[in-house]
Amino acid sequence: MEILATIWFVLIIVLWTGYLFLDGFDLGVGMLMPVLSRTERQKRVLLNTIGPTWDGNEVWLITAAGATFAAFPHWYASLFSALYIPLTLCLLALIFRAVAIEYRGKGHSQAWKSFWTWAMALGSAGIAFFIGAMLAITSSGLPLNDNGDIVGGAFAWMGWPAVFGGVGGVGFALVHGLIFLGLKTQGEIRDKAQRWARRMLLPCSIGFLIWFGLSITQRPWLIAVVIAAVIALGAAYFAVRSGAEKAAFTLHGLYLVFGLFAVFAGVYPNVLPSTLDSARSLTIASASSSDYTLTVMLVVTVICLPIIIGYQIFSYRMFLGRIAETHIPEAHRVPVAIRS
Amino acid sequence: MDLDPVLIGRWQFGITTVYHFWMVPLTLGLGMLVAILQTMYHRTGNEMYLRSTKFFGKLFLINFIMGVATGLVQEFQFGMAWSEYSRFVGDVFGAPLALEALLAFFLESTFLGLWIFGWGRLPRAVHLGSLWCAVIGSWISAYFIIVANSWMQHPVGVEMVDGRPVMTDVWAVLTNNTAIAAYTHALCGAVAVGGSFLLGISWYHLYRRRKDGIDTIGPDGKVVVGSAPDVPGRDAIDHQVWIRSLRIGAVVGIIAFAGVAITGDIQSKLMFDQQPMKMASAEAACHDGTEFSVLTIGDPSSNDCDGVENVFEIPGLLSFLANGDFNTPVHGVTTLLPDYQEKYGTHLPENELYGQHSGEKIDYQPIMIVTYWGFRLMIGFGMIAAGVSALALWLTRKGTVPASAWLMRGALLSITAPFIANSAGWIFTEMGRQPFVVAPNPARQDAVYMFTQAALSPELTPAMLLFSLISLSLVYGILMVVELRLLIVYIRGGVASAMPEVAKTNHTPRITNDEDDVLSFAY
Ligand code: HDD
Ligand code: HEM
Ligand code: HEM
Repeated sequence: MEILATIWFVLIIVLWTGYLFLDGFDLGVGMLMPVLSRTERQKRVLLNTIGPTWDGNEVWLITAAGATFAAFPHWYASLFSALYIPLTLCLLALIFRAVAIEYRGKGHSQAWKSFWTWAMALGSAGIAFFIGAMLAITSSGLPLNDNGDIVGGAFAWMGWPAVFGGVGGVGFALVHGLIFLGLKTQGEIRDKAQRWARRMLLPCSIGFLIWFGLSITQRPWLIAVVIAAVIALGAAYFAVRSGAEKAAFTLHGLYLVFGLFAVFAGVYPNVLPSTLDSARSLTIASASSSDYTLTVMLVVTVICLPIIIGYQIFSYRMFLGRIAETHIPEAHRVPVAIRS
Repeated sequence: MDLDPVLIGRWQFGITTVYHFWMVPLTLGLGMLVAILQTMYHRTGNEMYLRSTKFFGKLFLINFIMGVATGLVQEFQFGMAWSEYSRFVGDVFGAPLALEALLAFFLESTFLGLWIFGWGRLPRAVHLGSLWCAVIGSWISAYFIIVANSWMQHPVGVEMVDGRPVMTDVWAVLTNNTAIAAYTHALCGAVAVGGSFLLGISWYHLYRRRKDGIDTIGPDGKVVVGSAPDVPGRDAIDHQVWIRSLRIGAVVGIIAFAGVAITGDIQSKLMFDQQPMKMASAEAACHDGTEFSVLTIGDPSSNDCDGVENVFEIPGLLSFLANGDFNTPVHGVTTLLPDYQEKYGTHLPENELYGQHSGEKIDYQPIMIVTYWGFRLMIGFGMIAAGVSALALWLTRKGTVPASAWLMRGALLSITAPFIANSAGWIFTEMGRQPFVVAPNPARQDAVYMFTQAALSPELTPAMLLFSLISLSLVYGILMVVELRLLIVYIRGGVASAMPEVAKTNHTPRITNDEDDVLSFAY
């Protein structure tokens, strides 16, 4: 029934929120690699703050996509095929970001290192942009025909939602990354990250704020939620200013949670509105799988998600503690003697 | 120009998936072997196992990341390029994909992170357990994705509602006999890849030690192990690392081949029932018969039964493969065709979802040259790999390898054999399924099948498809070169490339810190 599909809609938004919250700081750190750090050692500090956990964070994205396919196949099919070109670019960005993390330290020439540094930065920025844009587009809608396919060609998705969703995604990740670096590093990088966070937090939030704010055009009462998001953001700003790093991180996350709640509560019961004719909009009822499939998936998710969150917390706890430049070992080169 | 979007889409799916499946079997097979090596180290405390764990672990990681990067493309491309397919099968097909992420990918990625960075930080048993969790995660992921794929080969557990299959029995989907056969088969194929990898690389290092005069053959015909203090890592333990890895690789390779043969036989029998046309094409069997063709001339590629002439056949073998006895004739293409046409029509429906193929005549016969040779290349290269393993065990009975550069090159080259067998197997499986993307299940006469021509996203133009085909292929091609070069550098460096402590003859003092120790592993 509707209730099952509603639960799944909420779960999918939870997965997207989890992805933006967790991989958000990985992406931010990635973008900051070429600019925040001066020396090679500092770049390696940045890389190693996210080294052990980024892959687990990325799986939130895979799960969000997979769960959308399982629970709302029509949403998955219409959205992903409509965004064919931007998602191709997003995939290229995902490929480069992943490979950069693993391969950057495995070569030693200057050219190799700076190539992967930039692959990391541009890849991270691309992911943040396209995922932000995709989520904003799914809330604002696309020109869909009766079959759920986009009309108007390869670029018909372009518009303001793509811009403020995309720019907002990049901005959010940057600030989230800076706050995270304040928490995870010490010394010069920490100071710099704190300074930058103070300056960048408000301007970087404009994109998402517009997106969040537009939800009140759907349901006026959502203004209360949007205000809560703004308050969380303001509090995050003051926490950053006063150096309360943990509070800043939590509040900045809370701002995201409130904001996405407002947006998707505004879209509900649509999942992907059609801008041509509201009768063609994909709704939780018309896009979802059968009750049987939704129930099976729900049972598995309810059992698994707490376990997953449990071991992800375990993994974060294992790597708790700040990383300093002095913690970074000498780069190990492949010995030349038997390389011939 | 009249480019066929379905054709471009198929090329794209084929290229990206075959590429993904170069990384995957190495991840599955080598991951298991590294976990076994580390378990041996944990049990015995023998330095040799620590070294092989670290060395092969490094190569494992270089490969693993490419599996992750290309897997992301897989997860997205069903919706991007095959939206009609996704709408049709979503109710059943999405579930294993989501389960894969929930049950497998989280486990795998989180615990692999713990393993990589956990050296010297986690208690040793927990650290070893992390690797096993990651490896088991990768096996679970293979299971779920093969469940998805096997449902396309043999749909079960569904009912048609409003023109779409709706899942009614998840258990039937998860225990699909096709899936269980294919999963065990693919896993054995992956282990074969891991075995050959250990064998070839260890051979190379044993050969280098002989060539550099470190190891020699004594008067009793047995190896005399030496050491070269001036070369990083070339001590006496180094010899043990390679000879032990070589033997483990060879034994595992032989066992894995037995595994693929047994499970492959089960698959053949299922295929005979479930996709008879695929079986007939695999044999270039035009007419009913019992003989297995070892060589067929004429021109199977003409897809025209008159030109095909079987030169060398083994009587009864085909019957045995398909049916378990020696005299039941296996139906040939000409017998099967009218049956297919009667059940599924002679022409595609007149419907805009079929695009330019709407109303076209259906060709039920897969491209024979691909199925015929795909099947034989798979088996043939599998046999080559197993043969090399057996030969290697014999040639190294003295405790090292012969000092022949050609044998060394052959051993390195043989690493590619199980990779080729794997790719050939998939290409055979997938292209043999044509013209269906979801093959009909002959045991149920309902409409749960889909022609490939109807599966593509309707709004895609050839230009859009070409854009992604070209950009992805280009990036994949470049990254292949990068990965191979990195692997080669690290393989040549030997254990010292993965273990700084082995590489250093004169220890440089570590930078110490008042608060915390230096990370034992850092990017
Ligand atoms: C090292 C790899 C390897 C080796 C040596 C073999 N196979 Fe295989 N085979 C695969 C790797 C593989 C694969 C890549 O894993 C496939 C593709 C799809 C699948 O499930 O497994 C496959 C598919 C596949 C299929 C197609 C199933 C279908 O389309 O429904 C059959 C009938 C066999 N195999 C049979 C055999 C037999 C009789 C072998 C004899 C020794 C054999 N394979 C060796
Ligand atoms: C289990 C996961 C898999 C699924 C769900 C899957 C599904 C598909 C789909 C949807 C297509 C495109 C439609 C078509 O042309 O039929 C396809 C084609 C293809 N796949 Fe698979 N596939 C899987 C695994 C693989 C693997 C691992 C390989 C090879 C290593 C492979 C090789 C191919 C090839 C070569 C084609 C092109 C065949 C053709 O167009 O004639 N597939 N598969
Ligand atoms: C076309 C269907 C396929 C899809 C949608 C798919 C999806 C994925 C994804 C998203 C990843 C990255 C996971 C990560 O980031 O951790 C991945 C990697 C992997 N996949 Fe595939 N895959 C397909 C085919 C296959 C097949 C046929 C197998 C096994 C027989 C397989 C087994 C694996 C393994 C072992 C990895 C290694 C890396 C990892 O798991 O993280 N995949 N796949």
